[in-house]
Amino acid sequence: MTIQFNDETFRDDYSFRNSEWAIKRFPFPFHEDSYMYSVNMEQHRGGPEGSVYEKRFDVDEHYVAEMRDRAMVLADDPLRCQSLPHMTLAGWDLLELIMVSKSEDYPDLFELYRDGNNWRWVNKPLGIDDSFVFLDETTLPYGPMEYITRQAQGDFCVLDQRDDNLWMDAGTVTTQADWSLDFDIGMNFFEWHAPVPLAHEKGIFVRALKFLLNIQQGAPARRLNWTMTVNPLLDTSPENYHKWGIQKTTITPENIGAKQHLRVELQTFFRLPRSNALVFPIRCYLCNFQDLMTVPKWGRRLHRVIRDLPEELATYKGFIDNRPMMLDYLSKFDDGQPTSDGIWPDLDSEPPLKA
Amino acid sequence: MSKFTFPESIRSRPVYGTLEPRAGAAHLLIADAHGAEAILDIATPDMMAKAHIIYIPKGEAFEDKLRALNPAQFYAGPTYGAAESRIHKALSDAKMGLQVYLSGTEGLMGQAQHAAMQAGIPHTAIQTEHRGSVARRMQCVHCKGITEDVEIDPFVCAHCGLNLFVRDHYSRRLAAYQGVCIDAEDPGNVPEAKGIYE
Repeated sequence: MTIQFNDETFRDDYSFRNSEWAIKRFPFPFHEDSYMYSVNMEQHRGGPEGSVYEKRFDVDEHYVAEMRDRAMVLADDPLRCQSLPHMTLAGWDLLELIMVSKSEDYPDLFELYRDGNNWRWVNKPLGIDDSFVFLDETTLPYGPMEYITRQAQGDFCVLDQRDDNLWMDAGTVTTQADWSLDFDIGMNFFEWHAPVPLAHEKGIFVRALKFLLNIQQGAPARRLNWTMTVNPLLDTSPENYHKWGIQKTTITPENIGAKQHLRVELQTFFRLPRSNALVFPIRCYLCNFQDLMTVPKWGRRLHRVIRDLPEELATYKGFIDNRPMMLDYLSKFDDGQPTSDGIWPDLDSEPPLKA
Repeated sequence: MSKFTFPESIRSRPVYGTLEPRAGAAHLLIADAHGAEAILDIATPDMMAKAHIIYIPKGEAFEDKLRALNPAQFYAGPTYGAAESRIHKALSDAKMGLQVYLSGTEGLMGQAQHAAMQAGIPHTAIQTEHRGSVARRMQCVHCKGITEDVEIDPFVCAHCGLNLFVRDHYSRRLAAYQGVCIDAEDPGNVPEAKGIYE
């Protein structure tokens, strides 16, 4: 299908909207009626047609607006994009991976022409047509990682692999769930995850690291993660927390359906060929409660998950104060009927909400 | 002065040890305030013959005792900032076989460790021992300004004036802990400050 790109904002007047198409393909993150941390990895080898899993780098109706928002964040705070000196080659690897993937997966939107190291890249939605020399930084307006991540939705962490660990040594991070690249750059896997509660004790990070260290070229992996955000704000950074934190207090029983968003991260992991680095794209999808409730299965399940979530997790994810109001709202969409396994909406097989 | 035992914490928080003399071609010892005591504990005439001591007294009276160890090179300076260019010079002139010893406050050790890392010494090869004040070097995540010697939580950012709470999340690259606005969701509601470990 040809994608109609929305003219919308993720700040100020928050004109962001999901079409019916976007709602039905929303990556609902709960495969059962409860949630606890796990190393929920699977191979990233496509998925159902039209789903966010289908392509290597999903492009949707929010693409152009998200890239506009990223440019604004980077203009305000250039420290959101940083690359330690030894990571430039990994940046070229990433540029290649994204250009090849997008031109193959979306030939109507992106084109890549290669003649040796002389490349031409055409990005139709953003109106870009650049010729450059691969591996020659002087031929691009930005470093390779910054250049390509200004044209790809989601945050990108580029992880160096050494000493049996992964190191957060480069990234473009403007749509993050409250963590700072500028603070965490240079940290290893355990250090940048240090503030996460419960998961260390459960051995999650030891197992996850073991898995990630062994990811091979051509065999990417993926998982979902989630949190909650009031208003469709992409830039929930700690840098700006003193500005956006107050928005959490604007939720009322009347506006919660429209303002409270489930924020889902599609995290993927690709080995990069020249640098042996690992790129960790974190793609953020937002959907407000009232749109989620149009899928009866998701309404039932979200209520049960939020109700039963351990207090530490609700605190860490930043919605402990609003949880009672969320539950008042969500309980109206839970009629107690069982739900089917898996994350898919199952609109044809799940019963409508009982009156 | 007795040593403070830091409570168990998260994985990014540094852990300090106890200095021990190691065989080395040269010895660079950097300390502030009560960190001098850790040097006095391990100094031997052999080590001192190949030692460069860089000391920031911060009002403590250990300078003469350190000088009396007869190190090959000795420097005492008023602040880390004043000593910084000398530290970088010592590290850039260093040869294989240099041993690095850091002792004193977390801020001193963190900054000197970062300087050594920049010179190519892995942080795991650097010895550290905490002595004296438990104050922290804090970075405001909002304005990026560093506030030195923070003893209380919450505290006021010396640069932007926001009320910040003291996290245990630590960056070796910045040699600082992270400070985050404590009253963002309820402006003006700032709990009374108390000692970080109270």
